[in-house]
Amino acid sequence: MGETEEVRLLGVWFSPYAIRPKIALRLKSVDYDYVEEDLFGSKSELLLKSNPVHNKVPVLIHNNKPILESLNIVEYIDETWNASGPSILPSHPHDRAQARFWSAFVDDKWFPALKAAAITKSEEAKEKGMKEVEGGLLQLEEAFVSISKGNPFFGGEAIGFMDICLGSFVGILKAREKLKGEKLLDESKIPFLCKWANEFLSDDTVKNVVPEIDKVVEFLGELEVRAQSAVSKT
Amino acid sequence: MGLISDEYVRLLGAWPSPFVLRTRIALNLKRVPYEYLEEEDSLNSESVLNYNPVHKQIPILIHGNKPIRESLNIVMYVDETWLSGPPILPSDPFDRAVARFWDVYIDEHCFTSINGVAVAKDEEERKAAIAKLEMCMALLEETFQECSKGRGFFGGDNIGFIDIGFGSMLGPLKVLEKFTGVKFIHPETTPGLFHWADRFYSHEAVKPVMPDIEKLVEFARLKFNTSIFK
Repeated sequence: MGETEEVRLLGVWFSPYAIRPKIALRLKSVDYDYVEEDLFGSKSELLLKSNPVHNKVPVLIHNNKPILESLNIVEYIDETWNASGPSILPSHPHDRAQARFWSAFVDDKWFPALKAAAITKSEEAKEKGMKEVEGGLLQLEEAFVSISKGNPFFGGEAIGFMDICLGSFVGILKAREKLKGEKLLDESKIPFLCKWANEFLSDDTVKNVVPEIDKVVEFLGELEVRAQSAVSKT
Repeated sequence: MGLISDEYVRLLGAWPSPFVLRTRIALNLKRVPYEYLEEEDSLNSESVLNYNPVHKQIPILIHGNKPIRESLNIVMYVDETWLSGPPILPSDPFDRAVARFWDVYIDEHCFTSINGVAVAKDEEERKAAIAKLEMCMALLEETFQECSKGRGFFGGDNIGFIDIGFGSMLGPLKVLEKFTGVKFIHPETTPGLFHWADRFYSHEAVKPVMPDIEKLVEFARLKFNTSIFK
């Protein structure tokens, strides 16, 4: 006995943020309806209604209640379906604080630095930005070694919160390597993270959720063309 | 073997910081005995660099010998470690998600706008930041009505995660009100927040640690060398 739970996820295929709840839902074996939002077009009524503050994906709608912000959604999934699948967040308060700290580092410092370096037209800013990105990866390598304690993932033997957070960007890193020859996942500098990245991509819960690298390469190329044509119109 | 919650607790902080204030309120709520260490110059402090080499910022909670960083992280850690006091985050997963969402909003939009008003280089910039901040207040008024459901706090009958997150910004807001003449929290435009602020200030976990407004005003004058503070 139990009510039919209605679980819907609004996302866009490319978004690393939308990938996160998908992985979490798979970890917990939760069935859901996926609604693809139009990346370049207008936002759906449902999205505007569910996220009036930010109008952004991903949005999880569980029994008509919207949950917003990717990492928030992951925590919500972990707490709601706590009886099924592995725990996504660690159980010890200090380890949880660590996971939240490093994921905030990734989202608030590291990825914004990568995004800024990718967009900027200034060579100087690009170089400075990429140094910051590389420095961040070195810090994450150290964090991984200390947190994983010899296990394949930040979460230990199974994928956890920090794996989902950083792992959602691995596709973009690999795509940029193909498109730009940018070797951020450099085995000589961050050997543990490189190994982790491959383990992450081959994991069963991630395999069919993360978009194919070639599709991402194509999409990044398209983004660049759009950005350039936008500039030439001004 | 003692309980982990019995291990020695230290907090590295700075009295003007709203982020440090959050952590002190949380510790007070749970009646956790702790040693408070004022770090006047956090960027050059050895302890801060040692315990938070990534961001070099306070607050830092040191429990036993483990550092916990970032104010909201610390508040959650305190809530999860000292289970005997009143809960800071609600128990229902959806309500928890709502609480976390609003505290992130407060940091990313509200606090950013407060800072925006303080550092604005000209009248136009300042007006834009003030407008943004007023929008934040309107949204938070709505949120207060929804979350409190007629009770005294965002957290219900007692202060919770959003109360702590937003209440810590009341000092900086009052400072801005003094310098700009704009009333961000007003009995007519934000009646819920207006009365909530009084209740928050008088709460036993808040009163002893809320910085004196005159001292904050003086601090702002010295720190921000922009037009509104002259």
